[in-house]
Amino acid sequence: MKKTLLVGALLLPLVVLETYFSLRRPPRAEDGLRSGTFEPPREAPAFSLDGSNGEKLSLRAYLGKVVIVEFGYTFCQEVCPITLAHLTEVYKKLGSAAREVQLIYVTVDPARDSPERLREHLAVYNPSFLGATGSPEELVAVQKAYGVVAKRVVSNYQAQGYAVDHSSSLYLVDRQGKLRGLVPFGTPADDIVHDLELLLRKGS
Amino acid sequence: MSSTAAGALSDVQPRDEDGLPAPSRTRRRRLFGIVVGVILTPVVCAAMWPVTFDSREELFEIPKGTWARRMAGEKREILPSEIHLLVGIRNVLMLKNSDDVPQIFGPTLLMPGQSLRIPFTRPSENYFACTAHASGQLIVVVEATPIWPWNRLSWRVRGMLRRLSGP
Repeated sequence: MKKTLLVGALLLPLVVLETYFSLRRPPRAEDGLRSGTFEPPREAPAFSLDGSNGEKLSLRAYLGKVVIVEFGYTFCQEVCPITLAHLTEVYKKLGSAAREVQLIYVTVDPARDSPERLREHLAVYNPSFLGATGSPEELVAVQKAYGVVAKRVVSNYQAQGYAVDHSSSLYLVDRQGKLRGLVPFGTPADDIVHDLELLLRKGS
Repeated sequence: MSSTAAGALSDVQPRDEDGLPAPSRTRRRRLFGIVVGVILTPVVCAAMWPVTFDSREELFEIPKGTWARRMAGEKREILPSEIHLLVGIRNVLMLKNSDDVPQIFGPTLLMPGQSLRIPFTRPSENYFACTAHASGQLIVVVEATPIWPWNRLSWRVRGMLRRLSGP
């Protein structure tokens, strides 16, 4: 009897603690961006490349809009189709606010991604998506400025010849041209919509 | 008289084959209880004790002077190739560049004094291209909050095994 009481007395505080922490309410959701946040935000690295619309595409031309910068290539089989499909959904969810958002898809494969190919490829997802290409040197400079990695590797899909392993995050640039967020690959569309709406509100 | 007393004593206290007093059943039980207690107490504590951290942020910082030290030939890993986070309690990856020069840190380029704070809200495995690692990848594994005792025990054991297996 005494032993039972002793064991009970020893276990009671643990059980109380266990119950308290188990029933505790989950923490509140983040108030700021749901994606990665740069602090302090810096000027988004500028670039001027060949746009899929046949014109020079300069990041500065989109001051006043929220810009999503994505690095990828049209032959990508594993990352880009998913991200672009996500962004298509994001645009739909944004509704009319999508007019204030611009996706710029910077190729990491200039040898195959001509402006025309980029236009045809992106139009499948959303005709307002813009592609950007340039000389390998220009593109490497842009990648370096954003901290993007892109490396040519042997393709798992033989017909392609080669693939490019590349960073899969998206970069969010606010209306003032500041690099504000980094969206990891696989972030749900609702979270991206949340962040874009936040940036649209802040900069208006 | 003494042989009678010795005979009486041997009736009360059995001896082992070396002629020394053998431990009584009660003492053996007590010893067994202590051994079991010593083994079980940390296991029960590890299972029952809640998982808490003083901050939700897991901070990795490039200290001032890192670039200069690297240029001098010093090799130092700041970011492990795999980071483990927990939804709700340790779910924010904080990368900070306190060096004097811009640095590629994890998935991005950070200016001097700049930080990148990435919250993770769902259990997931996140792969970031990262040139600092031989694999070319930084993996951020986000696990569900270990709510039940078994989950906590399992989470603590896995953490211990990871620490033992090195960086």
